Amino acid sequence: MTNLPVYPILIPLLAATALLFFPKKIKAQRFIAAVTSGLTLLASLYLLLQVHAEDTRTLDLGSWPAPFGITLVSDIFSALLVTTTSFIVFSLIIYSFKMIGRDREGFYYYPAMMFLLVGVNGAFTTGDIFNLFVFFEVFLMASYVMIVLGGTKGQLRESFKYILINVLSSALFVIAIGYLYSVTGSLNMADISARLASIEPVGLITVIGVLFLIVFGLKGAIFPLYFWMPSSYAAPPIPVLAVFGALLTKVGVYSIARTFSLFFPENEFLFSLLSLLALLTIVVGVIGAVAYWDVKQIIIYNVMIAVGVILFGFATQTEAGVEGAVFYLIHDMIIKAGLFMLIGMLILITGTSNLKKMSGTIKQFPLVGWLYFIAALSLAGIPPLSGFIGKLLIIRGGFEAEEFVGSGLILLSSLLVLYSVMKIFLNGIWGKPEEYRPKVTPNSPSIMIPTIIIVFAAIMYGFGAEGLHSFMNEAAQQMLNPENYQNAVLKE
Amino acid sequence: MEILMSIVAGLLVAAAVYLILSKSLLRIIIGTALLSHGVHLMLFTMGGLQKGAAPLLGLKAESYTDPLPQALILTAIVIAFGVTSFFLVVAYRAYQELGTDNVEEMRGQDADD
Repeated sequence: MTNLPVYPILIPLLAATALLFFPKKIKAQRFIAAVTSGLTLLASLYLLLQVHAEDTRTLDLGSWPAPFGITLVSDIFSALLVTTTSFIVFSLIIYSFKMIGRDREGFYYYPAMMFLLVGVNGAFTTGDIFNLFVFFEVFLMASYVMIVLGGTKGQLRESFKYILINVLSSALFVIAIGYLYSVTGSLNMADISARLASIEPVGLITVIGVLFLIVFGLKGAIFPLYFWMPSSYAAPPIPVLAVFGALLTKVGVYSIARTFSLFFPENEFLFSLLSLLALLTIVVGVIGAVAYWDVKQIIIYNVMIAVGVILFGFATQTEAGVEGAVFYLIHDMIIKAGLFMLIGMLILITGTSNLKKMSGTIKQFPLVGWLYFIAALSLAGIPPLSGFIGKLLIIRGGFEAEEFVGSGLILLSSLLVLYSVMKIFLNGIWGKPEEYRPKVTPNSPSIMIPTIIIVFAAIMYGFGAEGLHSFMNEAAQQMLNPENYQNAVLKE
Repeated sequence: MEILMSIVAGLLVAAAVYLILSKSLLRIIIGTALLSHGVHLMLFTMGGLQKGAAPLLGLKAESYTDPLPQALILTAIVIAFGVTSFFLVVAYRAYQELGTDNVEEMRGQDADD
């Protein structure tokens, strides 16, 4: 099974292509999308276990040996992310059956979702920097379709800005790749990593690093580059918002982690810049999350906070910090998907996203309320739940790197995160009960079951942390020692 | 030659920035198209503009051009083309739906979904 890394990309690609031919047959679309994303999940799980049991899997496409052709690399970090992505997309496809609405389903919603899965899985797997750009474009194109799908006024207005921002950042990405190519003469990430170590003018490399930080920072919505995110993400319907919030920003985070750990492992300036920006991201995110009275905006700003926390953990460059960052990254993908799904139900019940206009939904829909409660505690990192261990490790890493201010800020931000999500619970779910008659009941199985699965996964992720420790530790070792990656790809 | 190409790329990017900062949707899109042209020129120049024979397989070639930048801009051009055409369609729909092509008038928050 040497072709293993390609399956999580190939299966959804074939499915998406097939789905393009009969957009109006909604039942068939649903069935094929659900089955193939389930298959993708199984394939990526198998890949993860293989990579864990043996070692990094690489696949040279077209049998061109490593530095010349395009190489797919599944190390443990990328395999973990691919598995999480496939799991989230699988759940969200089932969740979409009732939530997205028939009009949108008939206009290539499922193919767009599958193409997005192709792009994200590809971006996590590829070992070639230009190919990373191509996969970025694949999922961006799918995300353009999904953000504009339905064509309401708000969506059109916001999607124009969203596309513009991403076109600009893609242009910067190509510039950064051009610079990198002129300095190293290679596109293979492992090869670049090996060559950059011996290149002298550090200033030039720092410029390239900052360009990469701008490009991926725009995707991941870090501090000065987040301005487009809150309004763009609030425009499309909830399942699309959940995909964006759970996956797209995390691709930016992954790319920062990957390029920084491979290309600039020794560059103090870049890492201190990253650490500073991560902390500012947390501060701004917390301000937004506390200030808004709109359930969508509160969770969207929480996405930003998480990006800051992960990047801070990564920027500490200690074993505990990086391991915590990997832990927290996967926790956050799962729990953000779950939270968006739950507030989607809340919006479905009350018909509004304004917190001041809703109250007491728990009386009529107790399951939604309690699931939200668990998810909110898990997000804030209350001990046995999943957010705790990642944050603990990140803070320990921060102390080891003597970043006391940063660690303190993360501790403080946890409290405010808890406040912001509890605000939704106390105002929207608790409180004076009112009578609601939603058009689609959120208790229908196709909405409820994927949500329960996601929340359950988040709980198990917390309780099973001990078992997952070996995966995360391996990933952290890989990130801190780029030689392993180089050896695996270049087969030295 | 590289210097001339860099200047041309710079001019294209400058024109693109000017257009993107304007208020009309169409100008912004033309700006993004110009931007990608400038960027592609730069990507092409980054490999070094040497003259030589075609990049054929085999180790005995005396001189050959670097095939990689050509492959890269070919891919990048196709992507930019696709995105630009999609962008034009979105702008047209936005113009139909919102009744304006001026980004100043597109501001505001209305909950219509």
